[in-house]
Order: sequence, then structure tokens, then C-alpha cells
Amino acid sequence: MNPSRKNSFLFLALGFFLVFLFLLNLSFGSVTIPIKAVFASLSGGEVSKSTWEYIVLNYRLPKAITAVLVGMGLSVSGLLMQTLFRNPLAGPYVLGLSSGASLGVAFVILGAGFLPVFLHDIILSSYGIVLAATFGSTLVLLLVILVSQRLRDTMAILIVGLMFGSFTSAIVGVLTFFSTAEQLQKFTFWSMGNLGSLSWTAISILSACVLIGLLLSLASVKSLNTLLLGENYAKSLGLNLAKVRLLIIFATGILAGSITAFAGPIAFIGLAVPHIAKLFFQTSNHAVLFWSTLLMGAAILLLCDLLSQWPSDTALPINAVTSIVGAPVVIWLLIRKRNYH
Amino acid sequence: MEKQQNILVTQDLTIGYTSKNEVTTIAKNINITLQSGMLVALVGGNGIGKSTLLRTLTGIQKPVSGSVLLNQKSISHFKRNELSQQLSVVLTEKLPPSNLSVFELVALGRQPYTNWIGSLSNEDSEKIKQAMLLTQIEHLAEKKHYEISDGQLQKVLIARALAQDTPLIILDEPTTHLDLQHKVSLFKLLKKLTVETQKCILFSTHDVDLAIQLSDEMILMTPEFLAQETPCNHIEKGNFSRLFEDDSIVFDPEKGKFIVT
Repeated sequence: MNPSRKNSFLFLALGFFLVFLFLLNLSFGSVTIPIKAVFASLSGGEVSKSTWEYIVLNYRLPKAITAVLVGMGLSVSGLLMQTLFRNPLAGPYVLGLSSGASLGVAFVILGAGFLPVFLHDIILSSYGIVLAATFGSTLVLLLVILVSQRLRDTMAILIVGLMFGSFTSAIVGVLTFFSTAEQLQKFTFWSMGNLGSLSWTAISILSACVLIGLLLSLASVKSLNTLLLGENYAKSLGLNLAKVRLLIIFATGILAGSITAFAGPIAFIGLAVPHIAKLFFQTSNHAVLFWSTLLMGAAILLLCDLLSQWPSDTALPINAVTSIVGAPVVIWLLIRKRNYH
Repeated sequence: MEKQQNILVTQDLTIGYTSKNEVTTIAKNINITLQSGMLVALVGGNGIGKSTLLRTLTGIQKPVSGSVLLNQKSISHFKRNELSQQLSVVLTEKLPPSNLSVFELVALGRQPYTNWIGSLSNEDSEKIKQAMLLTQIEHLAEKKHYEISDGQLQKVLIARALAQDTPLIILDEPTTHLDLQHKVSLFKLLKKLTVETQKCILFSTHDVDLAIQLSDEMILMTPEFLAQETPCNHIEKGNFSRLFEDDSIVFDPEKGKFIVT
């Protein structure tokens, strides 16, 4: 099969799989709702039980949409970072972006006690948390870039990311020491990752952030392809490296930052999904990888969310599921690394 | 034969590094002229400043003084994209890990001409095809770049530079890591390209004896002087015997190669 026909086939299959998983997500959970009733609720038709319609529209639909947004955003930001850092192990979680966002949120939730009371409402609103998380993750990414320019070794960048991770968790630890039980509980719930607690307002803010991040990523597709040759070749092809770097940092910062703010730090999606996309599509062309990573990210997070519903009466934290699924995938990838160098 | 044009000219160029008001000069009084259709070899011992000269000629590094003129225009006055349509390079550095196929790699040479998302026009596809034909790598098109041999990869990188469609191509030590057979075939390929495309190709190399046989002109870098001549003139003037400081290495003008005494 020639590559372009193979790609169209893969994209079509992926699209169907995504829709299928989306509907499954609406159907499964603590109560199983028949697919027919799911369709009826979505189309505003007659539903045999009004509770079903209520569950689908007010609980499961927002959760499934959040899963799609989070999966897309994290995976694409991982793809961008792997190319920018020329490192197959780069990703928003590994490079410490998620910990940066955590630190921002920790300052806001746990550190609120240090601020004047009249500021609490503003800071603790969704906007405040999003801003803090985006700020935190962008800051860490800038620091990683700064350090990586002094270190030519791309492996060292990962170690720097890990160090930022432990540094931020230490600061979070110090902050928890000074916070109330209520604040601590709020932060702990946030840090376990949660796709299900977003209001429609929050979802629209998240959609806007993810959309901006994805558009910026799409705009850097050509530059990312140039970067596959290494920075010196890229420069010789007329690439404005400083500008491109800034664009990619901003795109990943807003994607990882906003997502971590709303859904908590979610591990492994950003690292593993681009690799799975590369394995399936066998290409490095970012015009193909962008869309395949986007669709696969959404599908895989929907799948993880389905798995998290396994214990029928309660749901597992999503971060635990992505780690349980993702960590073996990464190890497996490393072992067969020779296949895609 | 077409009339030869000056593509790149340096005027009293001094190369070196500037850091914190301290200037380290590596070579000065460099006056070289690169003409279309010429294969020019840059030779000199290790650490003599070949790489610094190439970096200065490609505009990556600023000259300490003097100027580099590309088509009568100072290289520092070019916009990034303009320069990438005048000058392409083949570097020694390894490519980062990726799934790039040979075709995709050559196609990246068209980046200065493609639209915002990088899709290839008919003209782009035609140039890519030509570049792959000239370097005889069409049969490798669908292979991944890590699946081919070093010699093949070097040809692919040259094809990429050809696809960039520039009057001047600069190669940094393209024959290192290659065995004699592949070295010779690569030199012959470069020679063929200058004849068929009328491009100017400048390359640095340590294979002096091969360069003497196959290049049109040679730029010799020694600690005392820098000279650009045809290989025959270099031999007549006895320049090669001054290439290395070690007295036990002697150039034999009869055989056209170095002999250890």
C-alpha cells in the first residue's frame, strides 16, 4: 500500500475508533446506560429514564469532552517537545512542566492564606488557577531551555527536568506544612487528576486555551520538520531558531499549563502518545504526526478514563490509570527503540 | 562552456573569535574567489582554522575584519531566507534520531521555497527528483535515513543541498568515515555536479592526494599563508611541502602525494 493511502486508512480507522470510545464513555460508568438512550439524550429525543439523560448531559458528556481536550493537548505538547529537544523521552511531565504547573497551583491553593482576604475570590477562581498553572509550566520550560542551551547533551535535559520535579515537590511539601486541612484536601484531589469535575464554563476556557495551543502547534509544523535535521541545518535552511523556539515554548506552555490547571497533573500521555503515533504512521512528517497524535491522544485518554471506571461503584484517579498504562508502554518503547532510532 | 561568474569573494578577510573585547585571530589576509562550475578543495592541517573559515563563509560566524561578498552583496546583509536560497551546506554532524525517509530528507531542502505548512509544489517535486537523479539515489527514496550506509547517507545529504537549488554548496569534510572507493566516488560525484549544474562546490578535506587529482582549485591553509591555485600550480610552487610542520612528511611532486621519510 502506498504511504498516503495507508495514512488515509489509518486516519479513518482512528476517527471511527475515537467516536466509538466517546460513545462508550457516555454509556459506561457507575450506571450503564444503553447506547440508544445515549443517542436520544444527545439529540434531545425521548429518553426512557430521565436520570439517564441527566447523567449523560451533565456528568458524562463534560467528562468525555474534557478527556478529549486533555488527551489532544498533552499529546501534541509532547510531540513538540520531543522534536524541539531532539529527545524521544521529552514530554510535559518528564520535563517538569506539570510540576511547574503544580507549584503554581500549590502557591494559589495552599498559599492563599498568606494573601489578603479580598484577593481570595479572584485567585481561587478558575481563571486564577489557570493563570498560575500556565505561569508555572512556562517558567519551568523557560528554565529548562536556558539550562539546555548550556548543556549540549540532550540526556542532561531530562535530568534537569527531574530535578525541577523534585525541587517543586519539595516546595509544595513546605507549603502543605503551613496550610489548613481543607486547603490540603483541595490540593491533593487536584494533584490526583480529575476529568469529571469541570463546569461548562471551565470547559469553555479549557477549550479556548487548547485551541490556541493547537493552532500555534499547527503553525510550527514546517519548522518542526526543519528541526529534524538538527539546529545547524535548520539555520542553513533559513529558520529563525529563536522565534521558533519561543513559539513552541509558548504553545506547549499554554497546552500543558491550562490542562494541568483544570485536570491536574496527568502523567505519561504526553510522552507515550507521540511514540505510539510514530510507530503506527512510520513517519516523522509533522503534518501527519500532528493529526495522528491529536486523534490518538484523545482516544487513549478516553480509553484510560473507561478503565478508571472499572470498579463500578467508584472511579480510580485518572493519573493512576495513565501511569499504570503508560509506564510499561514507555519501557517497551525503550526496548524496541532501535526500530525508530 | 558558459562564462564563469564570481559567486563568492572575500576581501582582506580576517577570521577568528571575539569574546569580551579580546580578539583571537586565526587567519588573516584571506582573499579567495569562488566561481561557478568550479570544484574547490580546502585543505590544511588539524586546528588550522578550516572550520572557522567555512563558518565565516556561510555567515554563521562574523569576520573579525574584511568582508565576505556573495553575489556582490555582503553576507551579513542577507535575510535568513534569501541566504538559504544562495548557499547550502553539508555538515559533519550526525542527524538527530527520526523516522525521516530519504525522500523526505531530500525534500527538506525545498523548505526555503515552500508555503507555511511545507507542502511541495510541482516545481519542488521536480527539483527533488532531479537532485536524486544526479546523485543516483532514487532507489533509496523510501528507505529510512538510518537504514542506509554512510556513503549513501553522504550522497543523500548532497542531494538535499542540491534540492535547495543554490549557486554555492559548501561541504565540511564530506569524505571522513568513508573507505577509499567511496571517497573517490564521492569526489567524482562532486566533480560531475559542478560540470552538469554549473554550481560552485567548496569542500574541506584531509584527502589531499585525491583532491589534487579531482578538484579544479585548491585553497591551502598553512600557519604562514593561505593560497588559492589550481593543484598543478600549487605543486609547481612547492606549496604542499609547507602544509605540515613535521619534516618527516615530504611531498613528492612527481607522484603527486605525500611520503613519510
